[in-house]
Amino acid sequence: MHASVRPAVTINITPNIGSGAASQATPAALPMRMTISQVNFYYGTKQTLFNVSLGIATNKITALIGPSGCGKSTLLRTLNRMHEIVRNARLEGEILLDGQNILAQDVTQLRRRVGMVFQRPNPFPKSIFDNVAYGLRVNGTKLPMAEAVEKSLRHAALWDEVKDHLHKSAYELSGGQQQRLCIARALAVEPEVLLLDEPCSALDPISTAKIEELLVQLKELCTIVTVTHNMQQAARISDFTAFLLTGQLIEFNPTPQLFTKPGDPRTEAYITGRFG
Amino acid sequence: MNSRLRWRKFVSNFMLTMTGICAVVAVSVLFFILGYLVYHGGTSINWNFFTKLPTPVGETGGGMANAIVGSAKLLLLASLIGVPIGFFGAIYLSEFSGGTVAFIVRYAADLLNGVPSIVIGIFAYDFVVLPFKHFSTFAGGFALGLMMIPITLRSTEGFLHAVPRELREGAMALGASKSRTIATVIVPAAYRGILTAMLLAFARVAGETAPLLFTSFGNRFWSPGWNQPTAALPEMIFRYALAPYEDWHRQAWAAGLVLLGLILVVNIIARGILARGNAVPRS
Repeated sequence: MHASVRPAVTINITPNIGSGAASQATPAALPMRMTISQVNFYYGTKQTLFNVSLGIATNKITALIGPSGCGKSTLLRTLNRMHEIVRNARLEGEILLDGQNILAQDVTQLRRRVGMVFQRPNPFPKSIFDNVAYGLRVNGTKLPMAEAVEKSLRHAALWDEVKDHLHKSAYELSGGQQQRLCIARALAVEPEVLLLDEPCSALDPISTAKIEELLVQLKELCTIVTVTHNMQQAARISDFTAFLLTGQLIEFNPTPQLFTKPGDPRTEAYITGRFG
Repeated sequence: MNSRLRWRKFVSNFMLTMTGICAVVAVSVLFFILGYLVYHGGTSINWNFFTKLPTPVGETGGGMANAIVGSAKLLLLASLIGVPIGFFGAIYLSEFSGGTVAFIVRYAADLLNGVPSIVIGIFAYDFVVLPFKHFSTFAGGFALGLMMIPITLRSTEGFLHAVPRELREGAMALGASKSRTIATVIVPAAYRGILTAMLLAFARVAGETAPLLFTSFGNRFWSPGWNQPTAALPEMIFRYALAPYEDWHRQAWAAGLVLLGLILVVNIIARGILARGNAVPRS
């Protein structure tokens, strides 16, 4: 059944500006933490990503932008195989992490190496301490727990605010603090890549500013991929920006270049606010 | 315009009054029943009621100690059957099963929930009493346990479903397996609801009489063992209320009061447990 779908889809694909732009955008000198090549993605028979290829540069922030439903969150979720939770989801193509195909790896190992922060803060119904310790416990760490938790909370710039009540419920924190707690929780297992799915869309401007500042600091620690609706945010914090539209990668360039000299009229239309 | 506005105000006030009256009626039924029980049975509640066996006909006094213990034993057995099966069934239903299987199980559970309790009693009679050639506590507990399964299953499933998807994803994104996610995040997030569901099921079967009539049967004395007939509070109420003796009627009212009181106490204890721990706030 799928065999009959596939050739039709291949014909539909527009000239692959994406991978061409990617090779310009990321000179061979930059080490690549992840490489996405020719990814097609389907929910049932509906295709939501078309032949997407791009590289995620090590210790840089890569932003995925585009209008709602363009596939940016789907693309992000394939990077730690969170798409597998959804029934009928199917991925074609190759995604490499440090040169190894993630689809061939053990999924829990992969998710330890590629962490994720979600749109709405989602602390567990546990104490602040236990939230951060969760990933460590799941992965059976040998590290002293208290030190590891403190380290992660410091990395997430939350330690000073919570150090005196680590055993309070995580729900007593404000929305912005909860989101930083979720970042601390993801950092605790020392991932190589951190995925963020619109991490600030549920937060007020001050909390957003704190998270943005934090992300810029965090790229020393790990490679960051973030999905955002907010173009100014992408422009402020990211090193590379990928613009997606209806499941296709339209343009992938260094952020200053994409926002000042967009290589595609559709990118220009989007960033100047003509649609989206 | 002005008359229209007046009409609208009248309708609004009328509906507000109606809904208010209905709310008051709903609440006062409980207090009316409680008051009636206290009025008729309050005088028969004393230390003897909780510690003594029923007296022979004609002799006043005595108590229902055997029925209280019998009810406790029956409910323990019922919970041992109903709670684990309902709970783990709900986990399977909510977390693992596909659409078709879930539909069938849900539908079957709803039907089982609608089966009249007397039919459950006949089934338990045929299934447990006849093969063992004994009315017994086991048979009564079995019948009540069957009734608990669908109630626990359906409401637990509902509460598991209500756990936000973000929590599941959060755990899985940290490398937790599905079973680990369920045990350490989903069930803890839903445990208040699950406990409430179990209590509702418990309270519901605590008052069941029909399935006990031909399973645990009843006993004027201490039940000699788990495979022997036993008295139970609802069953005692049934027999005492039908008897032609004034004193027995009073004792039946008292038994009703005690039954209601026990359910209330269990509820209060559970609320106490629920008040602690980290609940997921409603969003």
